[in-house]
Amino acid sequence: MSSRDAILGRVRRALADVRQDDTPYDEIIDRSYLREHGHRSVEETVDLLAENLADYRALVHRCTEEELPEVLMRLLAERGSTSVLVPPQLPPSWLKAVDATRVHDRANSTPHELDRVDSVVTGCALAIAETGTIVLDGSPDQGRRRITLVPDHHICVVRVPGQVVSSVPQGLERLDPARPMTWISGPSATSDIELDRVEGVHGPRTLEVVLVSGQPRAEVVP
Amino acid sequence: MSGTFVGMPAFPKAAHDAVNNPTLRGNLRHATHTIRAKRAKAVSEVSDWAALREAGKQIKDHTLRHLDRYLVQLEESVTRAGGTVHWAADADEANRIVTGLVKATGESEVVKVKSMATQEIGLNEALEAEGIHAYETDLAELIVQLGKDRPSHILVPAIHRNRGEIRDIFAREMSAWGRPAPDGLTDTPAELAEAARLHLREKFLRAKVGISGANFMVAETGTLVVVESEGNGRMCLTLPETLISVVGIEKIVPTWQDLEVFLQTLPRSSTAERMNPYTSMWTGTTDAQTADGPRTFHLVLLDNGRTDTLADQVGRQALRCIRCSACLNVCPVYERAGGHAYGSVYPGPIGAILSPQLRGTASEIDASLPYASSLCGACYEVCPVAIDIPEVLVHLRERVAQGGQVTRQGTKVVLKPAKGHAAERAAMRAARWALSHPGALRTGQRLASRTRRLHPRALPGPGKAWTGSRDLPAVPAEPFRDWWQRTQGGKENGK
Repeated sequence: MSSRDAILGRVRRALADVRQDDTPYDEIIDRSYLREHGHRSVEETVDLLAENLADYRALVHRCTEEELPEVLMRLLAERGSTSVLVPPQLPPSWLKAVDATRVHDRANSTPHELDRVDSVVTGCALAIAETGTIVLDGSPDQGRRRITLVPDHHICVVRVPGQVVSSVPQGLERLDPARPMTWISGPSATSDIELDRVEGVHGPRTLEVVLVSGQPRAEVVP
Repeated sequence: MSGTFVGMPAFPKAAHDAVNNPTLRGNLRHATHTIRAKRAKAVSEVSDWAALREAGKQIKDHTLRHLDRYLVQLEESVTRAGGTVHWAADADEANRIVTGLVKATGESEVVKVKSMATQEIGLNEALEAEGIHAYETDLAELIVQLGKDRPSHILVPAIHRNRGEIRDIFAREMSAWGRPAPDGLTDTPAELAEAARLHLREKFLRAKVGISGANFMVAETGTLVVVESEGNGRMCLTLPETLISVVGIEKIVPTWQDLEVFLQTLPRSSTAERMNPYTSMWTGTTDAQTADGPRTFHLVLLDNGRTDTLADQVGRQALRCIRCSACLNVCPVYERAGGHAYGSVYPGPIGAILSPQLRGTASEIDASLPYASSLCGACYEVCPVAIDIPEVLVHLRERVAQGGQVTRQGTKVVLKPAKGHAAERAAMRAARWALSHPGALRTGQRLASRTRRLHPRALPGPGKAWTGSRDLPAVPAEPFRDWWQRTQGGKENGK
């Protein structure tokens, strides 16, 4: 007998006392928990996202669509980045003011090559306000999971309010499970030394999030 | 290699040593108290915590009650997405499968994401025996591995070490494993984290095989989820060409939507965060054009005592556990005894009910674990999937003391009552006889009252341990029944 059959057989014998029922799964689980916590206007939801991102040490910036190339140029220059990784279909206008060398990710790029790049700029699939999370799903404006992992500096652009949801349940609803996904809440961190949080281990130690809106707006100091 | 748990003494002996170690007690007290307050705050932020907890319990219970169906569905989904599914009945079989898969790649080293399942089966030791070096990449696991130590906490395996000890381990051991620790390394946590980053980076960048566990497996989609903080998980899950995930069969949830419950309760319960820094989700492999992540993905489904646990109608609720470790952090016994005393990779309250079920109660340590608790119930209170740990502890105590039918490796066996409870059983037998013979009881009670001045304050012989921490109750001057008769049920004001 294969181990598969052995294990399934053990499971069935172990459950001999359980009455099988055919109630649909939707009706079995009591999902009376909230779809989102509290009532907020669209603007308040974006503010909450900014607040929670900053609380976990992401650097948050706000600008309009027109200001974005300028902001990205400034952030890369301030960091002193001479090279920037670019996902296959990042909107070309975003980096039009940037001096740093653009490095395009190729299927055969080695991890060592990625390790030599200073920064990476991506879009995102969505952002979750209540938890201060940005979600990447490998779409062409975000690229492969590794490009936002190996460089030490990640700039992620979130379109607000369009890409912002309030809560984890609302986020999952909008995502496609078939895509490889990374949920990011602040820069790399650890609680392994005396259960106290320290930022900066293996992933990018600096995470900058740019919230881009249609209207001009004053920059929020993180 | 890290030490093993084989041949551990019973809990009271191991705990006794730990309690007398002031450094260990200081480290544990500091760490558990830090996280307790933070967790309470993170939980209080979500007003529907009770409803989330109940939904999590229901999802896990339903899955366990139909586990055969969901295992088959998961296998189909993972296979459809390009993965290969293996089934391992026990630790040896899982180790054989993984060793074989690594050997087939021709590689002699692997990078590992922290995984309780691979700790449980002793995978690192099995790989080492075949000439394959396994590098732990979680910071705490690295500390344990470099220190040739054993894990003592589910979430933070090196919780028993303080920053000074960690500094010393890094400075002393890193050079033997790869890049040495930087000169002049201090004990500030940021510097220690930086040293780990530098040490491990070369290993990540050249790794061809990654090994992980998983927090959740979604049956309907075949998606695996790994929740982490440092980015070492992302490194191991995305950079290597081959990924092997070893996951307990109880880690299934039926649907994608179910994650909305656990991705809210797990981070808040374990690290007291609204959300952990990184969560990776992958479904099989991607095509050559996308080339995102490993080209080859193997999922090893592990039983190793889980189906035996499932067969116990009271004990099976332990399989709901999502390994958040909140129960360890609130436990007064864990705080004082430390994780090593539990003699298992699963310490604390959850370990006290999981280890004796996964491994059986034949060994001294496993038979002693159900007693490693004061039954205060704090663990049940904080559990995000509402495992009634005290209920299972009492159930397992009964099994140890009285024996009875259990399932071991899929077969029903009858356990003999444990040795060492003979005095307790004799006392209970005597009590049963006395309580069913009213005349004898009356005579005995009168005799006890009259001799009360001669009673010792502690019991002799086998009863000594019992009175070691308790006072022997004082016998009244007059038995209750005599008083009742004399005063006509208290109507006469006789004293």
